[in-house]
Amino acid sequence: MHYLMPGAALALALVFLNLPPTAADRLKLAVSTLFLPLFGLNRSIQAVADEASYGLLTRSTLIREVERLQRENQQLKLGAAQTADALAENSRLRTALGWQGRASWKGRAARVIGREPTTWWRSVLIDYGSLQGAQVNQTVMTPEGLVGRIRSVQPTFSQVALIGDPECGVSVVINETREPGTILEARSATLSDGMVTMRTLQHSVTAMAGQSVTTLGNGGVFPKGIPVGQIIDTRSVDGGLSTEARLKLGAQLNRLEEVWVLTP
Amino acid sequence: MNWLPVLLLYVAVWLAIFVQTQFPALTEWLGLAPSLVPALIVHAALTHSSWVTFGLAVFAGLGLDSLSPMKLGIHYLPLLALGLAIQARQHLILRDQTYARIFLGLAAGTFVPLATLLLLTVTDRPVLSGWSTGWQLVFSGLFNAMACPVCFRIFDWLERVLGDPRPVESSFRPDRQIKRGRN
Repeated sequence: MHYLMPGAALALALVFLNLPPTAADRLKLAVSTLFLPLFGLNRSIQAVADEASYGLLTRSTLIREVERLQRENQQLKLGAAQTADALAENSRLRTALGWQGRASWKGRAARVIGREPTTWWRSVLIDYGSLQGAQVNQTVMTPEGLVGRIRSVQPTFSQVALIGDPECGVSVVINETREPGTILEARSATLSDGMVTMRTLQHSVTAMAGQSVTTLGNGGVFPKGIPVGQIIDTRSVDGGLSTEARLKLGAQLNRLEEVWVLTP
Repeated sequence: MNWLPVLLLYVAVWLAIFVQTQFPALTEWLGLAPSLVPALIVHAALTHSSWVTFGLAVFAGLGLDSLSPMKLGIHYLPLLALGLAIQARQHLILRDQTYARIFLGLAAGTFVPLATLLLLTVTDRPVLSGWSTGWQLVFSGLFNAMACPVCFRIFDWLERVLGDPRPVESSFRPDRQIKRGRN
């Protein structure tokens, strides 16, 4: 009995670790479905709590909120009209120069249903799976900025590798100076400071605090121009050969509730 | 054997894994998602048979792996090694003593993440480890040190309530009874 158990354990470990990827994915899927009722229950409880909290809001608060949203809506309409005009001009100029047109982003809203149970990576789970059309490497963002990319897909949920994760390398560019760089992997899995580090390809003398950073769009995963964050400070590294800049991310990764998945 | 306490142990592991994926604010504040699984494995190893411990380690390991980008089987090995090691020395462990439970929880809470990290570094993709990993190990150890005696209390109580009633033993023997009086 004493020899049988460690032997069986080792044999099972070898089987698990050497499973072909498709078989491992199927087994993962089978086990993860055990947790789906809990995710569903959690979502229902949250919905009920939200409904209950709406009932507690006073009429004056609601009227103030409607007025604020109406003002915001008018500002957004004005901005959208200006953007449409600029887009039309951009499209005309692109046609005149024979350049390819810019692809517009189409998104699908998804809800964050949990985060990874371990602390060895930065990832979250969203309720958007292959049944809804999710695919690996789809870009995930919020209106404030880039969140990450879909790492793996299950029928009813997907795992998103967040910026700073070793599996979410992002090529970025400083908007003001057009200097390219890459986002380095974070030193810890915690997201509370909302910071990542960017390294420029060459030593930069023009990178400075306050400049905005967007995706470069040359990696084949992230479209061009998605806001990433703002430079907080810079420092020289590698004996002055390159520059590292700390970025304050636009998206608040530690408070993600709803995200947008960009669809082709 | 009454299977209800074993089933409850599985349910506890199932809930503990789910809880690890929730409460992002707490996770951010602490720097890690507190895991009760090592403490539950300690309880299983000291209370149930080796096959129950084996099954629980497989279930917990696969559950944790299925919700993370980890290769299948990474979590299962440290949990099973912990369970079998405790089971092998079960007769030497003072299971009923609180300090023994605290010590076992501390050791389990530190060993499981450390062994997982070592396995990940040799078998899987790169991980985010640094100075904060030290804090994570210390916190996990302390959390399980506190949780382990609580788990024992709860499951011992459940065992008493739901388990088979123990036969009442009495020192009274009718054949040794001294009967007074005349007959």
